[in-house]
Amino acid sequence: MAKMTYIKAITSGLDQVLGDDPKTLIFGEDVGKNGGVFRTTVGLQDKYGEDRVFDTPLAESGILGLAIGLSLTGWRPIPEIQFMGFTFEAMDGIVGQLARDHYRFGGQKNFPVTVRTPFGGGTHTAEMHADNLENYFVSTPGLRVVTPANPYDAKGLVISAVESDDPVLFMENLKLYRSMKDEVPDEKYTVPLDSAKVVREGTDITLVAYSAEVNEALTAADALAKDNISAEVIDLRSLSPIDTDTIYASIDKTHKVVVIQEAQRMAGVGAVVASDIAEDKIMSLDAPIGRVAAPDSVYPFAQAENDWIPNADDIEAKAREIFNY
Amino acid sequence: MANGSKQIVDFAKIKATMADPYKHPVQVIDREGKVVDPDTLAKYSDDQLVDFMKKMVWERTLHEQTMNFSRQGRLGFYAPTAGEEASEMGSVTAFKKQDFLLPAYRDLPQMIQHGTTVAKGFLWSKGHVEGNQHENPNMMFPQIIIGAQYVETAGVALGIKKNGDEDRVAFVYTGDGGTSQGDWYEGVNFTSAYQAPAVFFVQNNGWAISVPRYKQTAAETLAQKAVAMGVPSVQVDGMDIVAVHEVSKAAREFAAAGNGPVVIETLTYRYGAHSSAGDDPSRYRTDEETKPWFDADPLIRMRKVLTDKGVWSQDQEDKLVEEYKDEFKSAMKEAEAAPAQKVSDFLKWTYNVPTPAVKKQIAEFEAKESK
Repeated sequence: MAKMTYIKAITSGLDQVLGDDPKTLIFGEDVGKNGGVFRTTVGLQDKYGEDRVFDTPLAESGILGLAIGLSLTGWRPIPEIQFMGFTFEAMDGIVGQLARDHYRFGGQKNFPVTVRTPFGGGTHTAEMHADNLENYFVSTPGLRVVTPANPYDAKGLVISAVESDDPVLFMENLKLYRSMKDEVPDEKYTVPLDSAKVVREGTDITLVAYSAEVNEALTAADALAKDNISAEVIDLRSLSPIDTDTIYASIDKTHKVVVIQEAQRMAGVGAVVASDIAEDKIMSLDAPIGRVAAPDSVYPFAQAENDWIPNADDIEAKAREIFNY
Repeated sequence: MANGSKQIVDFAKIKATMADPYKHPVQVIDREGKVVDPDTLAKYSDDQLVDFMKKMVWERTLHEQTMNFSRQGRLGFYAPTAGEEASEMGSVTAFKKQDFLLPAYRDLPQMIQHGTTVAKGFLWSKGHVEGNQHENPNMMFPQIIIGAQYVETAGVALGIKKNGDEDRVAFVYTGDGGTSQGDWYEGVNFTSAYQAPAVFFVQNNGWAISVPRYKQTAAETLAQKAVAMGVPSVQVDGMDIVAVHEVSKAAREFAAAGNGPVVIETLTYRYGAHSSAGDDPSRYRTDEETKPWFDADPLIRMRKVLTDKGVWSQDQEDKLVEEYKDEFKSAMKEAEAAPAQKVSDFLKWTYNVPTPAVKKQIAEFEAKESK
């Protein structure tokens, strides 16, 4: 067991899947000698060779085509799309092809591809680098979408994603890469691809969040605790599918819920969670479902992004409003 | 020059000559049925040439029978292939069963030759999953998104190279319009960057639905596009099955030997509509334009060569057509006897491991379906 950053935990997970399965391949822009622009794949080309960890030409649709064709010839591809904003260039590959191919073959062929991609605001990147684009992918049948909020889950989820025979979109949060450390086991372990986790237990209100907003929700829960409001915090971890069982069990205890996301409010993951709760658990609620999300503008210019991204104060205020309803 | 002084670079000359290496289509038999390359033709036995002719008659008959079935409402989407027999049969016969085929929607005849049945082709057209399940596993389903098969070919070819498979390549088809897609360039370029074994066919049939070839690009040939990716390419008379086969065989050998990919532009023609779904070519082309192509028909010229050799007769051809028609009619019966599809199965195939919501929906549909 060692203290590890989120990014090192991902590297460690990738190292283990490359070591265990000779059919796994890592490829993408700058992932080889450079180890990725964030160094997520650093050292892996030296260790496993250029046949297993290699650079691609600069074209995201080509990277997805490569992944699909490699699956057809028996490989287990782990392509990287350098920033989530660049997935638009690979939209047909991910949504039009990869997610549908198992179905098209009537289940006869597998496409065990894990598309890794960094996203998330707060690090003053150039445009199209920070956007939360999960909304486009969680509405895609056949594709799993996961995003860890801490180093332990980062390693366990990336291993599960690669070992899954279903295609998985693995979203890595830029702000979390080096801002948090956790105890992470050296040995291989997995975190299930379709389960949320209660990261703080509480009895008065449920805060449902994912990725960097989990930390904001935990900070809000600390503030609420000072006024004896006991908040339970749930980390979704999987955005498709959503683990409603974990959310519903919490609501049966707290009877109040706030759903939080960094993405714009419109048609987002939070809307799906809120509608599921409304459909299945409305009789268990003592207050309306609260939502915290970014406003519906285009992702903001970097200088103002921290005014735009929902933070712990926003969550605390909404939680108080719902708690006191 | 505008001011009479000599410019440092003569762009006009570059532009005027850049297509020169590419605009000499390979030909063995010309449109009149005259053998223009007897040495190449001599490499083929009479039996082989007769087999080429049979395959073209087979494809033409398949097309005609398929149009009949379409008119009877017994098929779904179908892309007519008449006119492209030499291009399609000449190319696919140059490949081996272990080669991986990535077809588009006009390539059902090549798929059947490569290892599926006519009945499966009909099932694909009718919208039945069994139409995507082939005896030869070295095959993708017909790609609908133009260009996607090109980028996927890069992956298949790289996979073949990484597996160390000997004597194996990927081969793929698109049309003239397909060369305008970004994926076309990405696919050829990735394959070239990795020097992976693939043969890329561009069946230039003159039309992307209603848009003529010359409106797709100012490039004089489509073959020349490959030079930008460091890939050798050639134009071939796509109405001459011997030329297409000979070029395809050479391309396969070159790619399989580890030299990287090849691009082949076959000059052919789409006699019919883009698809059976309501396209009317009289809206965008005239008989005057199409006549020269009908005169260049691949069957006419091969028929002449074989008749001159005394190894083919109209009687023989008429009998074959009847045999093929019977074959296609029983294939249609087989397709029509395929089991009804169930939504619960669609849900089961969406994921390997169904999500909780999908599990619930499977149960709901199974309950409905058992009633």
